[in-house]
Amino acid sequence: MLPELSRDEILRYSRHLLIPEVGLEGQRKLKNSSALIIGTGGLGSPVALYLAAAGIGRIGLVDYDTVDSSNLQRQVIHGTSTVGKLKVESARVKLLDLNPNIQVDVYNEPYTSENALRIAKDYDIILDGTDNFPTRYLTNDVAVFLGKPNVYASIYRFDGQVSVFYAKEGPCYRCLFPEPPPPGLVPSCAEGGVLGVLPGTIGTIQATEALKVLLGIGEPMIGRLLLYNALDMSFDFVKLKKNPNCRVCGPNADIKELIDYEEFCGVPSHDHEEGSAGASWDITATELAERVKTNHLKLVDVREPHELEISRLPDATNIPLGQLAARLSELDSAEEMVLFCKSGARSTRALELLTSAGFKKVKNLKGGINAWAREVDKSLPIY
Amino acid sequence: MPALRVPTPLRAYTNGQSEVTVNGSNISDALGDLTTQYPALKPHLFNEGGELRPFVNLFVGENNIKDLQGVNTPIKDGEKIMLIPSIAGGGNVA
Repeated sequence: MLPELSRDEILRYSRHLLIPEVGLEGQRKLKNSSALIIGTGGLGSPVALYLAAAGIGRIGLVDYDTVDSSNLQRQVIHGTSTVGKLKVESARVKLLDLNPNIQVDVYNEPYTSENALRIAKDYDIILDGTDNFPTRYLTNDVAVFLGKPNVYASIYRFDGQVSVFYAKEGPCYRCLFPEPPPPGLVPSCAEGGVLGVLPGTIGTIQATEALKVLLGIGEPMIGRLLLYNALDMSFDFVKLKKNPNCRVCGPNADIKELIDYEEFCGVPSHDHEEGSAGASWDITATELAERVKTNHLKLVDVREPHELEISRLPDATNIPLGQLAARLSELDSAEEMVLFCKSGARSTRALELLTSAGFKKVKNLKGGINAWAREVDKSLPIY
Repeated sequence: MPALRVPTPLRAYTNGQSEVTVNGSNISDALGDLTTQYPALKPHLFNEGGELRPFVNLFVGENNIKDLQGVNTPIKDGEKIMLIPSIAGGGNVA
C-alpha cells in the first residue's frame, strides 16, 4: 500500500502531479521510497537537494567530514554559517527546511566494509557521490550484493560520467573498471581541481536517473555511460555490457563478500590528511625552515605553473609532476633536494619517481606549501 | 584519419590536446601512433609488458573494444575513438 499524500503535499508536489508519468501514484511511490547518498559533497549536494525537493520519503546521508570554506565553491547544500559543522548535520538542516515532509537519516561515519551493508540494506537505491576509488568499489559491491541499483557519477575538472549500475539488469562498475588505476595515476579533485558547477550538472543528472528508477519511467541509463565535458559542452554516450569475467557480478564471480578496499586500491579512502611519503622521506615545514637557514637545499615545486600565481617559495625550481620523468636530466642526484606541491600528494609521487630513478637525497615537504603557509610564512595564502 | 578523444586527466601528457588525430587501421596501430606522438602517455596506457592496462577503456563509436576485437578492432577514417578514464572525484575533498 502506498502512503497517501496530505493536502499540503498535494499542493507542494502539484507540478509533479500534473505530469502523467508521475501523477498522484508516482508521487506516492516517491514518498514510499528511500535513497542512500554516499558523500555529501559536490555531487551529494545537488542530489540530496533535488531528491528531497522531489519528495523521496526517506533520504540517508553518509559522510564523516566537516564543512570547510573551500567546499562552498560547489557544495551548495552547505553554507558559510555551517563551516566547521558536520556535513551530514549541515545537509539535514537544509533538506528539512526545503521539505519537512521527508525523513533524513544521517550516518556521521566513514562508509566502510564494516558498516556499509548494514547502512545500505534498507534503502531502495544507492547514489554514489564519493571522491575516492576505495569507496566507489565498496559502493558498487554493496549494491551488487544487496541487489540494488547504484546511480554512479564521477567528476574531474570539466569532465563528468554518469551511469546506472544495476547488476540484476546490466553491468556493474567493476564490469567497466575491473580494477582501479595504480595509486597516483589519476589525480583527485583536491589536487586537480573541479569547475564548481560541474557537480551541479552531473549531480542533477544523477538525481534524474534515481527518480526514473524509483518511478519506473523512461529509460534509465542501465548499460549506458554518459561522458560529459563542460568545455566542449559535449554529451557522449557509450554502451556498457556485462563483463562475463566480472569478479562480483559475473557467472563465475569469486568475490562474494566485501573486501579490504583500501588494500585493493592501494590508497586510503578516509585519509584527507596531508600528503606524506612516510616518516623517513618526509620533512615538515618547520624542519625545512630550520634546514634552509644553514644548508643549501634545492627546492623543487612539482605543481602546475598556474598554481605558482597563488603561492610560491623563493628560489624553487618548478617542474610539474607530469613533466618530471622527461626532465630528470635537469636535476642533480648528488644534490640534496626537497620536493613540494600543494599539500603533499603530488610531491609524494614525484619522490617515488625520483627514488626509482636512483635519487637518494630527496625529501618530501609534508603537507606541501599549504603546510609552509600554516607553519612558517603566514603571509602566504592557503588554497 | 580517426580522431582519438583524450580525457581531461590525460591531457597533461598531450600538451593539453583534447583530440588527437591518429594514423592506423586498427586500435593497436592507432595507440602506437598516439604514444609515438606523445611518449609520456605510454605508461598511463600500457603496463611494463606492453599490454593495455585493465583500467583503460577504449571505445570505438559507442562500443568498448573489449566487446569487439580488442586492440585488433579495425577503425575507419573519421571514426571517433574515446579513451574513458577511471575518475573518482565527487568534489567532496576539503
